[in-house]
Amino acid sequence: MKELLIISVGAALVNNVVLSQFLGLCSFLGVSKKMNTAAGMGGAVIFVLTLSSFCTSLIYKFILVKTGMEYLQTIVFIMVIAALVQLVEMFLKKKSPALHKALGVYLPLITTNCAVLGVAIINVQKNYTILEGTVNGFASAVGFTISIILMAGLREKMEYNDVPKSFQGMPIVLLTAMLMSIAFFGFHGII
Amino acid sequence: MNPNTPAERLYNGIVKENPIFVMMIGMCPTLAVTTSAINGIGMGLTTTIILAASNMLISMLRKVIPNSVRMPAYIGVIATLVTIVEFLLKAYLPGLYTALGIYIPLIVVNCIIMGRAEAYAGKNPVIPSLFDGLGMGIGFTIGLFFIGAVREVIGSGTLMGMHIMPSSFEPVTIFIMAPGAFFVLALLVALINKIKDHKASKGTSYVTESYGCASCKDTECPSHKDRGGDNQ
Repeated sequence: MKELLIISVGAALVNNVVLSQFLGLCSFLGVSKKMNTAAGMGGAVIFVLTLSSFCTSLIYKFILVKTGMEYLQTIVFIMVIAALVQLVEMFLKKKSPALHKALGVYLPLITTNCAVLGVAIINVQKNYTILEGTVNGFASAVGFTISIILMAGLREKMEYNDVPKSFQGMPIVLLTAMLMSIAFFGFHGII
Repeated sequence: MNPNTPAERLYNGIVKENPIFVMMIGMCPTLAVTTSAINGIGMGLTTTIILAASNMLISMLRKVIPNSVRMPAYIGVIATLVTIVEFLLKAYLPGLYTALGIYIPLIVVNCIIMGRAEAYAGKNPVIPSLFDGLGMGIGFTIGLFFIGAVREVIGSGTLMGMHIMPSSFEPVTIFIMAPGAFFVLALLVALINKIKDHKASKGTSYVTESYGCASCKDTECPSHKDRGGDNQ
């Protein structure tokens, strides 16, 4: 239990996927203009990342290791993630239209969110069990959601600020990310 | 310059549509591996090789791959190439392999590669596609080198592993940590915006501002379709 707690705090706060490992930056910079879209993206990432870490750990442990084909991990993982996202989308469309409506547009974008593949590979590298891997996936996704929502809140406020011309657009967003990243350094003492 | 000639494609990739400073795509490796100039070059060249090879293969296969399954097919081609390059690096350049770590397999989801496959290689002949990949890759490498060089000089007082700062210089370690990456990229992009403004005020026309697939995450973005914005 203690192990799992350490993994989750570590993945969500200390080694935040976006701010200290730079995974999922494209969606972090691209979808953080408005609070509700950021929250939608965060929700979709939590959902898919938890599921995909579970599936990829399962497939790695029981198929790739058993057959001695670990070298195919990159190809297998990306295919599994792409197929999983498709399945999830079809399933939600049929079973839960409300949830599909909320997460729908973000789901296809997640296939190529590098946090998903990144966490699957981290799980393998750190030799996590299936449970640890799933917890790590969920916690990383929570970390992603925390940072994208904080960023969206800041960007909504920044709309009204007088930003120097050369810094408008991406540069000021990157500077904000820098300050958030320094703030997240504060968590380093926790574990 | 005539469109689709090798020279035009190289110019387009390096200057006009530079993936880092103009299109703002492929941000994850850009920020993560640029702790030193040499790592930046290593990552850049690795990506260049994969990008040129994938553009070439996809362009060769463009009439074979049915339109409806082109995305999975592209991902398959790219993932295979990345796996090959990963093993080559592991065997011949173990130092670079360790330094780049998890970001080598993550080249699969680098939006530059899918973006070029979707926007260019899937529709154009082999030779221009090859040069398109080379140009984009070299543009990416140059960007990574600059970011890496700035971070390395300030953050550890060296350039390509050689001490260049006077011994009284105290390295600012935060530059080789995560916040430094955001800071340096922000300043470089601001600098380029400044130069663009300067040129625009002199009457030289310049490419319009576009943030590639990063901003096309917003579904309302009109160029979402033609840029293949659904990658990464």
